[in-house]
Amino acid sequence: MSKADAATTAARASASVDREFAAPVTQDGLGVAVAGQLGPSGVDRPERLPGSGIGGPAGEGTALPASSGGRRRLVDRRWFRIVGGALIPVALLVAWQLVSTSGLVPVSMLPTPEMVWLAAVDLAERGLLGLYVAISTQRVFLGFAFGAALGLAFGAVVGLSKLGDILLAPTLGAIRAVPSLAWVPLLILWFKIGEDSKVILIAIGAFFPVYTIVAAALRHVDRQLLEAGRAFGLRGLSLFTTVQLPAVVPSVISALRLALAQAWLFLVAAELIASSMGLGFLLVDSGNNGRIDRIFLAIILLAVLGKLTDSLVGLFERWAVRRWA
Amino acid sequence: MTTSSAGNEPTASAVARAAGDVVTAAPISFHGVGRAFGTGDSVRPVLRDIDLDVAAGEIVAILGPSGCGKSTLLRIAGGLDRPSDGVVAIDGSVVAPFDARSAVGFQEPRLLPWRTIAGNIALGLPRGTARDAGRAHVARLLELVGLADFAEHRPREVSGGMAQRTSLARALARNPAVLLLDEPFGALDALTRLKMQDLLLDVHAAEPTTVLLVTHDVDEALQLADRVILLGNDGDRPGARIQHTVVVPGTRPRDRGSAELAELRGRLLDGLGIDRHGSARGVAATTTIPHYPY
Repeated sequence: MSKADAATTAARASASVDREFAAPVTQDGLGVAVAGQLGPSGVDRPERLPGSGIGGPAGEGTALPASSGGRRRLVDRRWFRIVGGALIPVALLVAWQLVSTSGLVPVSMLPTPEMVWLAAVDLAERGLLGLYVAISTQRVFLGFAFGAALGLAFGAVVGLSKLGDILLAPTLGAIRAVPSLAWVPLLILWFKIGEDSKVILIAIGAFFPVYTIVAAALRHVDRQLLEAGRAFGLRGLSLFTTVQLPAVVPSVISALRLALAQAWLFLVAAELIASSMGLGFLLVDSGNNGRIDRIFLAIILLAVLGKLTDSLVGLFERWAVRRWA
Repeated sequence: MTTSSAGNEPTASAVARAAGDVVTAAPISFHGVGRAFGTGDSVRPVLRDIDLDVAAGEIVAILGPSGCGKSTLLRIAGGLDRPSDGVVAIDGSVVAPFDARSAVGFQEPRLLPWRTIAGNIALGLPRGTARDAGRAHVARLLELVGLADFAEHRPREVSGGMAQRTSLARALARNPAVLLLDEPFGALDALTRLKMQDLLLDVHAAEPTTVLLVTHDVDEALQLADRVILLGNDGDRPGARIQHTVVVPGTRPRDRGSAELAELRGRLLDGLGIDRHGSARGVAATTTIPHYPY
């Protein structure tokens, strides 16, 4: 075991940017590296015993030992996370600026960042930008809320009750098999071109990921834990809130994330087909008029809005994990 | 995870304090109990004709080869499974599904990973326990099993032995009339297992409940039990029944090295089909003194 070995291990450990997933492995890696440098006595094993929990929500009174001599690793620092996450977007922006101004690609194919910015300012001055963003976000939130709520309810019924599974699962499976855009003509005929038809289409898009994932997760809750819960007198609602719900919280969160992404997808589909405002309308209108700067603007706005709403689910996740898991 | 049982060893005073709880041990009886799995032509009997009466406060160990239905018998006793034939009754009344009068200590700790150690023990409290009384009871049990310092830890942060002690405390939280233990120490290392056995005896002394203990460890059965039941099949006939009942002499705690127990141990091993002298493998029996042939 040499210093060189230790150094490579440490380098590999800090090369990982994805802290949340790599942390357990890299922590061990670093532990080995420290032992290599300081000799076998460098790490006080017994002291690590009680709190060797890996970063988890350790209760108060847990003394988490400082594993690497009190120094926090680079990938654990907040500023590094922010800077690291911004690196690629900034690099893309710079590359875009260079390519679009170099004359390699005509501006009718690739507008400069400045043109896109000016298009945004122009739309904002006409009062359209805020309106489009607001109406699209509202449609996504409404559709997502209805779809996810129904998905949770149906997923719970199908996942928890055998009878519910027998009665509902085949029908819902068949409806899920319909390509969602096939609903568009029917929805327009039934609900006309208005808010209702769009919100319903988005709700359909948000419903199925939540329903599918929640039903499967509930069906696969550890049978041994369920039996233990029943053996200690839990039944019905108390069994659900004590064992089943906490066990499926992580699945519910990923289902909601997926549903939110689906909601934005269906928003653009709905607005592309029939609308007079919103980001999807901006896309199709700009496409018809050859306004490539506005197309870029709409795509960038969709990316930013999608990421922001996903972060909201992330906040909810932190609360839910603290509360339940 | 470490297997050492770090943490406070239960103290005599903690045991004495826990004895303040009123536990009314109850007798449990099996009459003609049988259990078969499968339907139609593929019926496979696992247990048949089990007749057993366990007195209140008695510790009975159930021994038997792997897969003979020991755990099934225990699950039937706790109302986790139903017998195909016969009746199991606690204190004279038939066992209900998930009967509230019994508590089960599973082979695996089966702790809820999102709850603290104290929270997991509280899961065992009888429904409708007042909040303060429940908290006090959990605190006493934490002392009893020597986990007071680990109350706020999560199950993944403690060792296997500590998790198993938590599981035992959760079962005790129910104030069970009958405590059912399914190889509770089977997955632990030898030293931790011995400590857990002593702990169980301390607990039984403090809260003398009726205990049914499934085990595959003959020494464990002899150390802990008043009586040992040996389950096994009659020849090739499927379905295990009670082959031997051995009353273990002496009072607990027993000397693990006594000659009397060694003799019983040999008999039980014979009953399990283990050849204790190794003659089946061509090794001369060590009980006869070899003498010179010339």
